[in-house]
Amino acid sequence: MENISITSNQSQDGADIQISVQDVYFQYETTDDAPPKEVLHGISLDIHKGEFIALLGHNGSGKSTVAKHMNAILLPSGGKVYVAGMDTCDETLLTDIRRTVGMVFQNPDNQLVATIVEEDVAFGPENLGVPSEEIRRIVDESLKAVGMYEYRRHAPHKLSGGQKQRVAIAGIIAMRPKCIVFDEPTAMLDPRGRQEVMDAIDNLVRNLGITVVLITHYMDEAAKADRVIIINDGKLLMEGKPNEVFSHIDMLREHHLDVPQATELAQYLRSMGYDIPEDVLTPEECARAILNARTGEKSA
Amino acid sequence: MISDITIGQFMPGKSFIHKLDPRMKIILMTAIIIFIFLAKNLFSMGAMVAFVVLAILFSRIPLKMYFKGLKAIWFLVFFTAALNMLYIKGEHVVFQYKALTIYEEALWQSGFIAIRLVMIVVISSMLTYTTSPTDLTAAIERLLAPLKLFRLPVHELAMMMTIALRFIPTLLEETEKIMNAQKARGADLESGGVIKRAKALIPILIPLFISSFRRAFELAIAMDCRCYTGGKGRTRLNVLKYRFRDIFAFLLIGGLCYGIIYLNTLAPSLVR
Repeated sequence: MENISITSNQSQDGADIQISVQDVYFQYETTDDAPPKEVLHGISLDIHKGEFIALLGHNGSGKSTVAKHMNAILLPSGGKVYVAGMDTCDETLLTDIRRTVGMVFQNPDNQLVATIVEEDVAFGPENLGVPSEEIRRIVDESLKAVGMYEYRRHAPHKLSGGQKQRVAIAGIIAMRPKCIVFDEPTAMLDPRGRQEVMDAIDNLVRNLGITVVLITHYMDEAAKADRVIIINDGKLLMEGKPNEVFSHIDMLREHHLDVPQATELAQYLRSMGYDIPEDVLTPEECARAILNARTGEKSA
Repeated sequence: MISDITIGQFMPGKSFIHKLDPRMKIILMTAIIIFIFLAKNLFSMGAMVAFVVLAILFSRIPLKMYFKGLKAIWFLVFFTAALNMLYIKGEHVVFQYKALTIYEEALWQSGFIAIRLVMIVVISSMLTYTTSPTDLTAAIERLLAPLKLFRLPVHELAMMMTIALRFIPTLLEETEKIMNAQKARGADLESGGVIKRAKALIPILIPLFISSFRRAFELAIAMDCRCYTGGKGRTRLNVLKYRFRDIFAFLLIGGLCYGIIYLNTLAPSLVR
């Protein structure tokens, strides 16, 4: 398997590393005689403070498994995972690790425990033993951060998918984590819900300074990240800025991955001979590039 | 629609009874139910009925909701009343026809029993109508707390109750989806006898069970991620606090109970 590494401009000093996955191997325990299935084959990656990372890979590539190592839901069979310098294998640090790295899952229904929105958001801080008046403040803040404050007295089952997922996010924010791992948070949502959740995630990264690791199938969501990491067959395949990674269209195709639609269109136009840059990501950039190409044509 | 079923049937409101502390409500409702049985003559029973009627008015819950609660027990009320009327022997015969003899004592007894049953149902529906499920579980957790001494996992029980309440609507929705999916595949759920219809439920129950286990597994991981480690060292968003109105209600019910005992002494008991 080829390993292409694209140098990123991130500073490499260890002080600002939030999560460090070091040469991790992982195999699922299987029953009886079947040989254990190895899912991760020596993967290493660093996640820096305040970064927005998109983790990509096709089904069964091991991306979810990597994510579950980031807050000690799974422990590596070989290698080490450090969260803010804490070894995830150390059981005494479990609570500290989990309040540092929160996790949001795919199905919003299966993450909400209480019958009222605000009670659910309070669940994390309640577990951590935060005093009541403090919890009230944190809950209100967290709900405002995802725009669900008006729904604080509602029952979760009456909310839409996007709203439920935002409540789930608020429940994680309420634990004041440094980093949140999102395991395909938009996979079960309609386009509107997806947009709501992406806006909430955007707000976390840009305004609250929370490190975000987003696992997704949607390349348009990945395009918003600071850095894209592509995992294939339990190994790191590629990493770099979105525009760098997505310019390798052929290689992504080879591994059954898409590129953002705008990038695809730009690539197609390039192959037709138009003067359009390789690193187009968003529809806006694409429109501008096409406009530039047209005006260039006219002046020529 | 199945999803119309609401467990507990909480009806939000701002009445005095709504605002009472749920622990106090449970304690007082229990006391009232006990004293409903202790009221033994017309004075004390009259006072009790008057109190319950006033409580109904103060709860500001539509009267038809109480009738809805009573619908299920009409049969039980009539049945027990009738049995008592036929079988209780006394001294004063009111009515006699061949082997059928009805005594005055039996009439009183069955009348009292009918009124007692109706009032118990009214009072307990009042508790669920005016208290949100969350408050109810919190109150039960607090009231049962002393049982921790006997190693009863009180917090865990309350947590299970909360999660059950949380997932009832979700699972009802899912049941409906599975039913529709099976109908779309030609499942016949409506026709046939009891056994045939029970058999037709299997293709609905199995997917429902499997998905419930999957949900439970995912929920457990999500709870782990939110640092849930059981009841130890846990705090609460909403702490239950007794307020002035709770003391007022306590004194009021205390007065009522004392009144019942006093009124019982004014006239001979009509029931055993």
